[in-house]
Amino acid sequence: MLDFHLRKALHTAAGPRTLDVALALAPGELVAISGPSGAGKTTLLRLLAGLDRPDGGFVRAGGEVWYDQAARQWLPPQRRPLGFVFQDYALFPNMTVRENLAFAAAGQPGAGPLVAELLALMELTELAPRRPGALSGGQQQRVALARALARRPRLLLLDEPLAALDQPTRLRLQAALAAVHQQYQLTTILISHDPAEITRLAHRVVELDLGEVRRVGPPAAPPTPATVAGRVLAVLPGGACGCSCPVGPR
Amino acid sequence: MAFDLTPDYWETLRLTLALATCTAGLLLLLGIPLAYALAHGRGPLKPLLEAVVGLPLVLPPTVIGFYLLLAFSDGTALGRFLINTLGLSLNFTFAGILVGSLVYSLPFMVQPLQAGFQNLPRSLTEAAYTLGKSRRTTLWRVLLPNMKPALLSGTVLAFAHTLGEFGVVLMIGGNLPGRTRVASIAIYDEQQSLRYPQANAYALTLLAVAFVILVALFYVTKRDASRRLL
Repeated sequence: MLDFHLRKALHTAAGPRTLDVALALAPGELVAISGPSGAGKTTLLRLLAGLDRPDGGFVRAGGEVWYDQAARQWLPPQRRPLGFVFQDYALFPNMTVRENLAFAAAGQPGAGPLVAELLALMELTELAPRRPGALSGGQQQRVALARALARRPRLLLLDEPLAALDQPTRLRLQAALAAVHQQYQLTTILISHDPAEITRLAHRVVELDLGEVRRVGPPAAPPTPATVAGRVLAVLPGGACGCSCPVGPR
Repeated sequence: MAFDLTPDYWETLRLTLALATCTAGLLLLLGIPLAYALAHGRGPLKPLLEAVVGLPLVLPPTVIGFYLLLAFSDGTALGRFLINTLGLSLNFTFAGILVGSLVYSLPFMVQPLQAGFQNLPRSLTEAAYTLGKSRRTTLWRVLLPNMKPALLSGTVLAFAHTLGEFGVVLMIGGNLPGRTRVASIAIYDEQQSLRYPQANAYALTLLAVAFVILVALFYVTKRDASRRLL
């Protein structure tokens, strides 16, 4: 699904370094990226999304070339079908929750039902008429995730989406993420510092340090689909979502 | 002090308000793309462009008026082009003082707008891009709606600053009642003729209008700031 090799100069606390990462992701795979700050994790996501220009390499996604230095190809971020969840959520303050999602879904067939479905999936229906300024951090996070999905992306990039949240909210959102990943089978890259979170959600983990890959491999205790589903049911209030979510890829 | 409202008073006031309204409206249209370019540009020309936009803040208005007067006259290539090709004779006309006002009040519109663009988190623009939105859609649907206080400040300051314009209008427009005579010039004219009640009418009006505008601006921006926190 996603195959890339990216190079970019980094300015780290230890002086100038080069971010140099090559990775291939299978369709539906969830890869976690961890590492100390300044390792180049966010830069890597930004390069994949087309928000920054790499110094060299290539990005291929689903048979499409997004970037290729040798062939001088470059797809602007608008034309890369991906969902990006920013660390600060970046919700549009002038729009309500529903409008944020509708703006993201605009121009696609079935935008209305998709927005309603995402609101229900992320338990946002009650909050739909509110503006982001009137929401808690966890609620904003759910809106950000729902909005990223509203474009029907093929790739989901999550930049430390749960870092700023308290532990109970974190656990609920990890469950929501697992549910979303199960339902839409999205190829996902998740930046995370939390070993428990990585173990719970990821198929593989990439450890970055100073721009280089230190280790690629399974998380400490690799989850099987059964345990992921089990944990979703265990963590959600009343196990409600696990039962009501339509199952299977779309 | 006495206060005298003559027919001239109403005519001058109407002209003054027309000039300020046209200036603020046109500057809003010109200022948005200019401020956007300045806020996002990185080229070597950016400081130069910023300096040009900011010049009216530090130049004596008579300098601007003097060069515009020359530029509009048939002694220059630009002036001949305006007069002979476009049929635009700008000196001593309303259109002429409008152009002068646009130049003179430009920084009062562009600088708040530029600050407004720069104060928006970069991630708002990037989020819109990753959702597939074009630059134009991002500007209209995301950026401008989230910088209403800056839009309001720029428009109000350009309006109020044009009300208080003197040197530029006097150089380009002179003092033609009903055509180029605005309130600030009328005050000087009446005072020179020792008609203090008439001068006072203009002066008191300008003072009241400027004060009410600024109070309204601060009231609205404060309300907007507190509403954002809800």
